[in-house]
Amino acid sequence: MKKRLLLALGVILVTGSMATGCSSSTSSGASSTEQASVSNTTSSGTEKIIVVGSTTVAAPMEKLEEAYEQIANVDIEIQGVGSSAGIQAAANGTANIGMASREIKESEKELGLEEIVIAKDSIAIVVHPSNPVDDLTIEQVKDIYEGTITNWSEVGGENQPILVICREDGSGTRGAFEEIIGLEMDIEGVTVSSVVQTAVIQEGNGAVKATTAAQENGIGFVSLGYIDDTISAIKINGVEPTVETTLAGDYKISRPLLLVTSGDQGAAVDDFIEYILSDGQEIVAETYIPVN
Amino acid sequence: MENKSINITTVMEKIMKGVFWGCAAISIVAVLFIGGFILFNALPFFSHTSLWSFLTGKNWIPSGEIFGIYPMLVASFFATLGAVVIGVVVGISTAIVITSILPPAISSVISKIVDLLAGIPSVIYGFFGLMVIVPIIKLTGAPSGGLSLLAVIIILSFMILPTIIRMTEVSLKAIPKEYKEGAYALGATRLQYIFKVQLRAAKSGIIAGVMLAIGRALGETMAVMLVAGNSPVVPNSILSSVRTVTANIAMEMSYAPAGPHQQALFATGLVLFIIIMAINIGMQLIVKRMERN
Repeated sequence: MKKRLLLALGVILVTGSMATGCSSSTSSGASSTEQASVSNTTSSGTEKIIVVGSTTVAAPMEKLEEAYEQIANVDIEIQGVGSSAGIQAAANGTANIGMASREIKESEKELGLEEIVIAKDSIAIVVHPSNPVDDLTIEQVKDIYEGTITNWSEVGGENQPILVICREDGSGTRGAFEEIIGLEMDIEGVTVSSVVQTAVIQEGNGAVKATTAAQENGIGFVSLGYIDDTISAIKINGVEPTVETTLAGDYKISRPLLLVTSGDQGAAVDDFIEYILSDGQEIVAETYIPVN
Repeated sequence: MENKSINITTVMEKIMKGVFWGCAAISIVAVLFIGGFILFNALPFFSHTSLWSFLTGKNWIPSGEIFGIYPMLVASFFATLGAVVIGVVVGISTAIVITSILPPAISSVISKIVDLLAGIPSVIYGFFGLMVIVPIIKLTGAPSGGLSLLAVIIILSFMILPTIIRMTEVSLKAIPKEYKEGAYALGATRLQYIFKVQLRAAKSGIIAGVMLAIGRALGETMAVMLVAGNSPVVPNSILSSVRTVTANIAMEMSYAPAGPHQQALFATGLVLFIIIMAINIGMQLIVKRMERN
């Protein structure tokens, strides 16, 4: 029996090490591109565009890349590493285009980057249609999600406990929501999400919507496109969440999807951005609010 | 076999033997490959968080790279325990009724309905739970609106019933007639025979069924995720929202960025894999020991 167990363990280790070999070869390919400086042409004469930054923007950018590479002779490379890293990469020239899923901070304005808004992302706070509360401030939303406001009567509603409904960790919508509302705290020097731990977690916008629709005292958040009659969207600081208020900048729980460039990056980059702002808007509109 | 003249039957036999060997090897290779894959993806994680603090950590905050699955282990343990207790009581009783009490015509109908129960996809159980069980629990004023450990237990007990009933039924039926005749000859009543003779003789089969049921309850994901509420906190009552080990993986895998978060999910999978393997091996040992006695 023991011998067999040892044999089984051995086999597992061998398969494991085989897997190591396989995957390390793929990951080395990815890391070498990080080192690559911006080279505008390859030997075949194809223009090369390096795009680095927010993973949120990277998702539609990958679809845009696929579509654009079929109509233009370019080689586009997209790396999702985060907004801050993308802005830095655009500024120091390791990328032709940087991607950011938030407003450029004051400290980053000094880098003198050109900002191009390719889309807007908007998150609606939703409650059960029977809930009399229809207007909250961003601070109230923050307090509800941090668990300091726990009863609807504290925000002008009925005397009912608030059931906080949230997305799973890692969800882009949750990340954006936390970033915009400021749901962050420090634990031992690490910035972590400050959403109350007892919040009900649902996977996906649809599940949050369904749960909110079933819970009279619930509060949740979904992407703007998910609002329908089963739930009611709350005004934030008196502004209703709609495509118009988002584009006008009045609705505050929204963020821009930005491309940033430093100086003149050449015709190929300009053409690509031009494409994103014209024909590419259709692809962007699959998940976000297009600007054109 | 040493005959060198080409004998088609012998050649065919050898080829088919190879084919069957190959087919048998597929499932073994699959287990080894899955095991190796999980192990390989999970191991790097333990340089980030030690196994001990991973298993006993009470906080699961991936955004801050704090990974502790203690709340999920507790939730899975109580969900499985609760479901198995209900499943054993109801399941064994049902099997007894089917095999020894009801007339054959009615018991075959019940038996077929149990088979139907086994065929319902788990997402349907989950949906039923969300639409029917959760609102009923909500009436008790549960803090998380009915999404709770209790809802998980109820749904899981429905799901494991067919396994327990079927295994118990089969092993009760396999008991030799002589036992029954002997018991009655000694003056046993029907219930005395069922509880003191039949159930004892069918012990190993019933335990195998319960172990299978435990495996199913522990591994169930979709139905559980729909009704659990999924808060990664140690439950303080049966009405608390909980997150099971399986739900933890399924919820976050789709968006988890490569790095510690994804590795942590693989490590969660590794823990689950080991627990289920241990239960399977334990089951085989117990059954073997019982058969020997």
